[in-house]
Amino acid sequence: MPTQSINDFVVRFANVNGSGSASANQMFARAVLRMGVPVATRNIFPSNIQGLPTWYEVRVSGDGWLGARGGTDLMVAMNPQTWDKDVAAIDPGGYLFYDSSRPIPASKFRADITVIGVPLTEICNREYKEPRQRQLFKNIVCVGALIALLDIDVSIVESLIGEQFRGKENLISANHKALHIGSDWARANLTCPIGLRVVRSDAVGDRIFVDGNTASALGAIYGGATVCAWYPITPSTSLAEAFTSYCKRLRSDPATKKHRFAIVQAEDELASIGIVVGAGWNGARAFTATSGPGISLMQEFLGLAYFAEIPAVLFDVQRGGPSTGMPTRTQQSDILACAWASHGDTKQILVFPRDPGEAFDFAATAFDLADRLQTPVFVMLDLDIGMNHSLTAPFTWDDARQLDRGKVMTHDDLAAGRDFGRYLDVDGDGIAWRTYPGTHPTRGAYFARGTTRDPYARYTEDGAVYVANMQRLLRKFETAKSYVPGPIVQQAARSTRTGVIHYGSTAAAMDEAIVLLREAGIDLDVLRVRAFPFSDDIVDFILGHDRVFVVEQNRDAQLRTLLIAENAIDPQKVVPVLHYDGTPITARFIAQSIGALVADSHDVREEHLLS
Amino acid sequence: MTYLAKPKFHHPEIRTNALGLTHRDYEGAISTLCAGCGHDSISSAIMLACFELDLPPHRIAKVSGIGCSSKTPTYFLGSAHGFNSVHGRMPSVLTGASLANRELIYFGVSGDGDSASIGFGQFAHSIRRGVNMVYLVANNGVYGLTKGQFSATADKGATLKKGAVNSDSAIDLVAMAIQLGATFVGRTFSGDKNQLVPLIKAAIEHKGPAFIDCISPCVAFNNHEGSTKSFDYVREHNEAVNALDFITARAPITVDYQPGEVQVVTLHDGSSIRLRKIGSDYDVHDRIGALAHLMRREEAGEIVTGLIYLQNYPTDLHENLNLVDTPLNELPDSELCPGSSALERINSNLR
Repeated sequence: MPTQSINDFVVRFANVNGSGSASANQMFARAVLRMGVPVATRNIFPSNIQGLPTWYEVRVSGDGWLGARGGTDLMVAMNPQTWDKDVAAIDPGGYLFYDSSRPIPASKFRADITVIGVPLTEICNREYKEPRQRQLFKNIVCVGALIALLDIDVSIVESLIGEQFRGKENLISANHKALHIGSDWARANLTCPIGLRVVRSDAVGDRIFVDGNTASALGAIYGGATVCAWYPITPSTSLAEAFTSYCKRLRSDPATKKHRFAIVQAEDELASIGIVVGAGWNGARAFTATSGPGISLMQEFLGLAYFAEIPAVLFDVQRGGPSTGMPTRTQQSDILACAWASHGDTKQILVFPRDPGEAFDFAATAFDLADRLQTPVFVMLDLDIGMNHSLTAPFTWDDARQLDRGKVMTHDDLAAGRDFGRYLDVDGDGIAWRTYPGTHPTRGAYFARGTTRDPYARYTEDGAVYVANMQRLLRKFETAKSYVPGPIVQQAARSTRTGVIHYGSTAAAMDEAIVLLREAGIDLDVLRVRAFPFSDDIVDFILGHDRVFVVEQNRDAQLRTLLIAENAIDPQKVVPVLHYDGTPITARFIAQSIGALVADSHDVREEHLLS
Repeated sequence: MTYLAKPKFHHPEIRTNALGLTHRDYEGAISTLCAGCGHDSISSAIMLACFELDLPPHRIAKVSGIGCSSKTPTYFLGSAHGFNSVHGRMPSVLTGASLANRELIYFGVSGDGDSASIGFGQFAHSIRRGVNMVYLVANNGVYGLTKGQFSATADKGATLKKGAVNSDSAIDLVAMAIQLGATFVGRTFSGDKNQLVPLIKAAIEHKGPAFIDCISPCVAFNNHEGSTKSFDYVREHNEAVNALDFITARAPITVDYQPGEVQVVTLHDGSSIRLRKIGSDYDVHDRIGALAHLMRREEAGEIVTGLIYLQNYPTDLHENLNLVDTPLNELPDSELCPGSSALERINSNLR
């Protein structure tokens, strides 16, 4: 029985990298959005420019679930290399869409799926003379056939094409033509629609569709970042590139066209973070965007910035580690490398946005935090948030908001005779005052260094002075708790002794998993961690439950380790739930894992009672 | 003990500069380097250069890496901010600082270990990027703080105190700097104040990457017979291409030279360098000739010093990035944050 579903299915495009399919695929996703139906899209791509397999997953979800679901209801199989695997991946009852220009042996199909053949190559060869046009328009012809099959309004796609090629009438009419070739052929030759259909809804609202790297770059602009130093590395590259293109539009002096921003593509990650530290020392808001290998290379500088107390913002778009690992797959496996970055005793500030919307907010806030706390701040993204478009609340900005530059002594402060000790804790919060170079002719100068120094920044190796400084850094970290984003707690409808903790990109799948678990009779209180240092509320949440699952996308339960180490939590109480194969975590995985763990513990309890 | 304050006795007739400052106002803390260290002469030369140029000390930012050389910024210009960063990374820190505030003078101090070994990459890239700075390497051919291992500028065949012979080729930072696009390149000797001070002055006034390789003998570990970085060896093999006087834009020209004896180079700000020619015809603007000269003299076992290469009208990183005139660290919120209406337009393009 073919699957019947309205506004709730997964379409997966199997393509060859570099074939120009990406923009057509995204057009398909946007068309569903314009029908008022939420989609969650994920690009699964290799570390390659051309020729290797790539997949684009569009989850159509009228209920608005934005996590990866797993499974495939409609496979658009355009890559002969992966045919067997792609056909095998279709859920029973699902649909296979393929290019039927060349005959494929019957043994290559399955009996329990519906096969839809469209002779795309043949149609394009007939309609177009140039080889390049044949390839490019094949993608659009394909979209045309799909929208007919899924009952998507063709005029919506026409207007998307019009917006995409605004001002280029030739391209608009050519793409419109290709679109109609596809949809007309499908309507004339196939049963339209199939069991999977998109029906107009109003579940999208005013949300925007954007990737987390772009959102972070915009957040950096709104947060007042002026210096960006970076080294290309997947999956963070598009963050620096988005910053570059938005800066040109938003940060060029209208009269002179001169730039209110400086972007340096450095020779490596060491130089990137060095430039950021130098700029931060000199009072500019500076950041770098990188991924795990870059974080490894930056360790020495991160210790310097921690110890010399220099503001810096790092966007870590995490990928599969260790080493080169899985450069184009997602993980949350840099938590400890960032939290305890560098040799010696360090504690760094981390924030964990859940999606592009929060990435924008946290990016802007990170610069305030870095200046206020005079230390590096890590915005912990991952490939799933960073590189995939996601539906998210529109970006907002309060025009009354001012950038918080933190404790900076001015020329007038110094001239008035205020006592200046660069590492002197005058306010009791562990945060000392700083000066920018060049402020005053005779006062306020100091020597920034990675060596031990006294409160007046004078070199010393006196143990007591060293200890006092290290203790002050702990006080400062304590102060940070009141500045970083606090956790979000969601109580279960019925009182429960079991909780679950998660963070970052897991949130989308967790929202859905909680509903699945509730339907299965398992109630959980949920806490989403949004920053390190951990607020006391997080500790209270753990202490207030008998058992707390900690769901993460890494092998070693890194956040759990940090929770245990930093708060003397009983390890028995916090149970790891780990997903780390490089694909985004799914609601199905979370619900099944927690469901099994809960069932096991019931069995254990029952056995205990019987014995 | 680098924070020891120096006693502040003033001679009643002590010389003052145009800012009314004395040379004491350009001093730093008491040096903790070995007695007789060449690096202390460099510190003195920097102080004298800044004093004679009438520079307000607090408008200079001193940046260094790690090593004996990198300690020296503590010992000069005490009222200037300094940053003793990590080993080999002075260039990136200086680059970032320079981007944040284009109005300060950036003085980078490094050593041969710091720049030719661990930081060779950053040395190269900061120069090719055209950072407006003085990049001075106090070059002694050995690691002093770790007690006398060879560095990458040690000449092939040079010996350590205990007899070990260096079999690796030496890196010539001057030739590298020219090749990489430095627009001001000089080599000098910490024992030759008359050459060192005007070279530093000219480098400070130069707008662009100005590189100075200053051979600065290590009295503790590299001043023995068999060393090619000792006071005696450098004095014997020093082959200056010119002798220079630096003249600020404000100073009247008072000294007369014989025609043909002097080349006057006018810098972007109107100041000038007068190069008195020594011996052969050496053209300071000839980049290829400079490299050839360096290699020929090196073959002959000589150390070329003086102003070796100069490009008159260089561009720097600030120009290349088309930065606004206002230092980035002084831009008000209104010029940084595009506001809610711009964000609304961005939102509508993302639907």
